[in-house]
Amino acid sequence: MNTFKSIIPKVGLFVALAAGTLLQSCNSSGKGDDANVKDNTVAADAATAVYVAPGKHDELYSFLSGGFNGQVSVYGIPSGRLLKVIPVFSQFAENGYGYNEETKPMLMTSHGFVPWDDLHHPKLSRTDGMADGKFLYVNGNNTPRVAKVDLATFETTEIMEIPNSAGNHCSPYPTNNNEYILAGTRFSVPIDLSKGGVGDASFDEYKDKFRGSISFIKTNEGNGHMELDFQILVPGFDYDLANGGKGPSGDWVFFTTYNTEKARTLKELGASQNDRDYLAAINWKLAAKYAAEGKTHEMPANYYHNIKDHGTHQAKSHVIKKVRYLLPEECPGMMYLIPAPKSPHGIDVDPSGEYMVVNGKLASSLPVFSFSKMQKAIQNKDFDGEVNGIPVFKYESVLHAEVKEPGLGPLHTEFDGKGNAYSTMFVSSEVVKWSLKDFKVKDRIPVYYSPGHLMIPGGDTKEPYGKYLIAMNKITKDRYLPTGPELLHSAQLIDISGEKMKLLLDFPTLAEPHYAQGIAANKIAPNSVKFFKLDANKHPDAVKNEKDVSVTRNGRTVKVNMTSIRSHFTPDNIEGIQVGDTVLFHVTNLEQDWDVPHGFAIMGATNAETLIMPGATQTLRWVPKQEGIFPFYCTDFCSALHQEMQGYVRVSKRGSTVPIKFSTGVKKPVPPATASLSK
Amino acid sequence: MIAYHKGLMAFAALSLGLLFLFPMWKIYLEAPQYPEGLELHIWVNKLGGSTEGVLQNFNILNHYIGMAPIHAESFAELKVMPYIVVFLMVTGVFVAFLGKRKLVLGWVILLMVAGAVGLLDFYLWLHEFGTNLNPQAPIKVPDMTYIPPMLGRKQLLNFDALSLPSWGSLGILLAVLFAWLVYYLSSKPKAALQ
Repeated sequence: MNTFKSIIPKVGLFVALAAGTLLQSCNSSGKGDDANVKDNTVAADAATAVYVAPGKHDELYSFLSGGFNGQVSVYGIPSGRLLKVIPVFSQFAENGYGYNEETKPMLMTSHGFVPWDDLHHPKLSRTDGMADGKFLYVNGNNTPRVAKVDLATFETTEIMEIPNSAGNHCSPYPTNNNEYILAGTRFSVPIDLSKGGVGDASFDEYKDKFRGSISFIKTNEGNGHMELDFQILVPGFDYDLANGGKGPSGDWVFFTTYNTEKARTLKELGASQNDRDYLAAINWKLAAKYAAEGKTHEMPANYYHNIKDHGTHQAKSHVIKKVRYLLPEECPGMMYLIPAPKSPHGIDVDPSGEYMVVNGKLASSLPVFSFSKMQKAIQNKDFDGEVNGIPVFKYESVLHAEVKEPGLGPLHTEFDGKGNAYSTMFVSSEVVKWSLKDFKVKDRIPVYYSPGHLMIPGGDTKEPYGKYLIAMNKITKDRYLPTGPELLHSAQLIDISGEKMKLLLDFPTLAEPHYAQGIAANKIAPNSVKFFKLDANKHPDAVKNEKDVSVTRNGRTVKVNMTSIRSHFTPDNIEGIQVGDTVLFHVTNLEQDWDVPHGFAIMGATNAETLIMPGATQTLRWVPKQEGIFPFYCTDFCSALHQEMQGYVRVSKRGSTVPIKFSTGVKKPVPPATASLSK
Repeated sequence: MIAYHKGLMAFAALSLGLLFLFPMWKIYLEAPQYPEGLELHIWVNKLGGSTEGVLQNFNILNHYIGMAPIHAESFAELKVMPYIVVFLMVTGVFVAFLGKRKLVLGWVILLMVAGAVGLLDFYLWLHEFGTNLNPQAPIKVPDMTYIPPMLGRKQLLNFDALSLPSWGSLGILLAVLFAWLVYYLSSKPKAALQ
């Protein structure tokens, strides 16, 4: 029986290859273009299961990270319809995020303006161990940052840079009541304790000088903003992924590590030598206690914290100059290491909080560790040496079971809340269902192709919504009509409500989803903001009534405080601008209705348009380089007379005597629809 | 008039208070791109709606056809009417206290005249807004007027307009009905009541 199971993955791979060959021969003989002859796993009732009738809403929101597009994509489940793209770490010409003056500060870092990042892991904010639908936290991997998306507006409202980190991959992991968001560094780097930040060292000094860091970010969701409380400086491994405990293990967070070999080059080989790396277990509550008791040291730092204000719609950057840190060797009981095979990726804690599943991507089995055994091992000091003063458990004293022959290349596991776990197998390209009772494989389903993460809505919380699973695949190839060499990635929606997994839907996804979150629609939809209240707009250059518009020159800067409303700008004729002036168009959208954004674009602007939501003010900066007439217009089809929603700026030569003048309408104007409610 | 009648009369007078708690009239607009609808609420002392921005949204839509913008300040009625209602409530309670049948009759006729004047005024405003259109309006449909319905439903271009009295008007109706009831009941000899 065991030998039979062990060949299943290989057989699967062989079948896949064979099907691929068959397929190619089919195509070359010109018979049929439908690629997916393997889809005999598609449920017969799949179409009805994912059909959301026109005008009806999806059952769930899902938030898929965009990886190298630096964005979050929001899809409705089960339909797989794309609902929104939320720009986070990337400039977004579509609405001006990162281009207009209000949001440019969001992308400031200690390295300067960084308009891109690699966004890997979304995590929903939590209340009592459950996703509460208020905020989405995401990580920026390349230039270490953590961002917060407000799910009332689906806008990025905060981005904080993480000092002493390089490759903020192991991030952002919330504790059960959002006490902390934890962020670990992927690359260990030499951390300069006296000057702060990443220092200089010879590569030969890797083993001695390179360290990792784990950041503890307070969320302060009730009344404030993210705050880097302290960091733990940890051994110089690569920190990969993490997840918090729950229930009995709620005080703990677990981190997978690789490159415990501390290789500095050709890590592909160098980091793959040890049969076991470590699962790091950190008692976050104890760490917070040590920090509160003054066990921390302080070092200089230089990192940006960018916050978008609700009232002004403007982002401001704050530079923070120091950071506190704890050293594990000085904090007994705070951190332990569990040997875990081999170069593990996902660490996933089951809904009860008892089992920690480690997905060793090069391992032949899935080890399941027991939290209660770990507690016993701590009591009995059942250790096998230590690393940098951190005790290392004996593998067997913490191991509960191993899932044998799960498949090839296990990466990530989530749970259905009914006693089952589901793991992605990157190499054998499948999702494998196994039982938390007997730790045996129960079912497998192929996915197309090579899944990284999977997501069960709430599958990382204490009460999963165990109806659907989404596999996010790295390779797409023949799944859709070809689009040249660059293809979108693919996702498969799988029904996990029954004993057998059933493939329901296959949909392309933007850039590279590394992970996702799902949540019942009713946790978010009722709180969704329809428009911003004009009365609450505190932007210093907001204009709330067309009578109050202005064009003012201050040296070589000209401020145009203007308004937009269906279907005109006020003013729409502007003169007195000179070549080389910096013109700031502060446009307030006076609308107070749902789904009436107005855009603003002007010929020759070297940034983008800006899309202004009702009640908000946004600013486009423009430096005209030549004289002449420059048209501007509304870019979002707002009304029947949208095409007429346009205006002109007259640019004169430098030193011209044309005075500043502005107007809308002449002599007998069409009565403008005034914005004020009570005037 | 016995105490019971006086009580009913006081109730009639006080039921006018509903005018301060609820709108008198509601105009509902629906269009393909307004699935959620737009509601204009006419109160005894103000204009309101289903959302805060409703008046602005009415005006934005109306300006395409050249209708004058609607502003609460344009209506002197909204300033005067609350005083009239308060006056009627106070005098009504006073009439109840005095218990004179003739005064009840006088009061209810006064109330009905006031109501009729109000309705006429409402009609004239609807007519004024619907016909006095700016000749430079972007959208001009020959011979088209835009008088909203006073009661009931009417199609105005892409909008389906519905106009109905609201709970505030119920206050007037109750006041009229109960005042008449008091007048009627108090006419019968005491014996008949027992």
